[in-house]
Amino acid sequence: MGHEVQGGLAIGLVIAATVLIGAFGLRLSRTTSDFYVASRSVSPVWNASAISGEYLSAASFLGVAGLILTYGADMLWFPVGYTAGYLVLLVSVAAPLRRSGAYTLSDFAEARLESRTVRQVSSIFVVTIGWLYLLPQFVGAGLTVQLATGAPGWVGGLLVAAVVVFSVATGGMRSITFVQAFQYWLKLSAIAVPVLFLVLAWRADGMPTPGDGPPTFADRTPVEVPADLRFDVVEPVRVLVNGVLDGQRYVGEPVVLGRGSHEVGEGALLTFPAGSTVPHAATVEASDNASWARPLTAVGDRDHPVYSTYSLILALFFGTMGLPHVLVRFYTNPDGRTARRTTAFVLALLGVFYLFPTVYGALARLYTPDLLLTGRTDTAVLLLPERLIAGTGGQLLTALLTAGAFAAFLSTSSGLTVSVAGVLAQDVLRGSVRDFRVAAVLAVAVPFALSLWARSLSIADIVGLAFAVAASSFCPLLVLGIWWRRLTSTGAAAGLLVGGGLATAAVTATVGGVDRGGWTGALLAQPAAWTVPVAFLVMVVVSRRTPGRLPPHVGRTMVRLHAPESIAVPERRVD
Amino acid sequence: MSEQPPRRVRVVSPRSRAVRTSGSRAVSRDIGEQTIVGEVYMASLVRIQLRLAIGVLLILTVLLGGLPLLFLAEPDLVEVLVFGLPLPWLLLGVVVHPVLVAAALFYVRRAERNEADFAELVENS
Repeated sequence: MGHEVQGGLAIGLVIAATVLIGAFGLRLSRTTSDFYVASRSVSPVWNASAISGEYLSAASFLGVAGLILTYGADMLWFPVGYTAGYLVLLVSVAAPLRRSGAYTLSDFAEARLESRTVRQVSSIFVVTIGWLYLLPQFVGAGLTVQLATGAPGWVGGLLVAAVVVFSVATGGMRSITFVQAFQYWLKLSAIAVPVLFLVLAWRADGMPTPGDGPPTFADRTPVEVPADLRFDVVEPVRVLVNGVLDGQRYVGEPVVLGRGSHEVGEGALLTFPAGSTVPHAATVEASDNASWARPLTAVGDRDHPVYSTYSLILALFFGTMGLPHVLVRFYTNPDGRTARRTTAFVLALLGVFYLFPTVYGALARLYTPDLLLTGRTDTAVLLLPERLIAGTGGQLLTALLTAGAFAAFLSTSSGLTVSVAGVLAQDVLRGSVRDFRVAAVLAVAVPFALSLWARSLSIADIVGLAFAVAASSFCPLLVLGIWWRRLTSTGAAAGLLVGGGLATAAVTATVGGVDRGGWTGALLAQPAAWTVPVAFLVMVVVSRRTPGRLPPHVGRTMVRLHAPESIAVPERRVD
Repeated sequence: MSEQPPRRVRVVSPRSRAVRTSGSRAVSRDIGEQTIVGEVYMASLVRIQLRLAIGVLLILTVLLGGLPLLFLAEPDLVEVLVFGLPLPWLLLGVVVHPVLVAAALFYVRRAERNEADFAELVENS
């Protein structure tokens, strides 16, 4: 009971702070241009905190640790890729992108290629990527609220959706910048402080390590099943069952679970003896601890680990620049030079944060192996404190982590909502502030609806897919658009449609539940390694075939993108 | 109708600011108006910045892209413990991040220097 109050209180405080800071910023935003882009007057330190605050999503806060708990060493590439993506962005597009003056990726496409068609194709992918990225935020919010207060799974998503629409529709960008900056520091403290206590508790526990065998329950462990569940038993085990198992109701009776698949009903309580092997949910692949600790081992149907690792690296490294909410943030830098410096600072802030999810993932393998059985691996971060630290201390740390997780859902969702709503308002509606508010509701409603049936998907996996689509559509558009004069509007549109379209198709197949095994499964689950080169190739080949579609003012655009601020170019002064 | 007076010519010391400003305005106008001279100047800047970007990306490819190959070639690296952590975990979980920040700082300094050099070139021509 006590921990439900604390969890609810933590969530309430984060929401109150978000809305209050948003309302405070509201008084500063007056004109339409203020409303959209914070008047470009945000200082680099604030801006770097805001970029990091917005970027650290449910995937970073909860998802990475969950994936590390399940799949081990190979998942360490997620935090590496999330950070390295900013380095790639910095060296290949940061300053020119800022100088382009584009507010959304669609604006950049139109300004560079002088074509409405390319703009509209870009808008389709901004919305696709935005929705794909918003979906896991709502899933994560649902899990967190359910865990903290016992409310049904849809409550958390709805709460985040409502707060985001309210603060985006009333505050605009200016207030969001302050909210985001505040949320970076909140998230960092929320994830860093408990680690200190967790590591101390682990040392006091005699510093156990996972060993080589399959994951086991260290002590006699009761596991409550949160929803109807199908799971696989690797080693026969004798458990006490209270609830429905394989269609039969038991009341605290011992049952021997044989090797193979079983079904258990919602609310059932299974009590495992100490030292028994942990069964695993049908959605989670089993692996022993030796291969868990080792990079590049095939886990279950995640075949072809070398291909999958490189494809994931490609998606994360090259996808960051194409995320809709990242570009908006760059617009609030005063010029290209500041944009670069801000990005370098962002890399440092992200690097510090990403030291921590790995610790949670590794400790979770020791202390929350039951999540492999229930399939709720994304809740590992939230459960660890109470598993390791008894009493009020553990509860307080859980409340802190709940607050941090909620900050992650809110900040990323508002950033994405601003971008998706911006594109919808300008390309589908007429672009007034009122249209922006309508668009904000639209931007949130669709992924929220999707999150209701997609709850079994791993948060970080879906976010990885959003990166793959971004890397296969906007990365080639930005890189070629900035560095290659001969990119034509036809080439750009063709590359976006083919690369982004193929990646979207692969993602749809994966989310739709196509078997992940074999080469087909690996190619669909990690599409970037083939869709990114295809997108580049199509853009280059089609551009060479259509030299007549070269934008007429490409020379002027290139000057605008690359000329340093320190020289006074007459053309610049016009705008 | 009537004969125009000869065009006035301003005579200034070659070391004064006036000369440099007018020269710089000429080249920056070339750049702004995309004359052939201006295009050549811009192309040189774009080329040098692109070379820097590719250089940093290559270093990144070798350092990070090489890690899976290293793990593949030496699967027993996981037995090597540094500060109690298996080496692959230490590399990916900790060491990578300062390396990325160092690469970012290196890039920012070089890119700004390239732009300063370019600005100087434009002003002195």
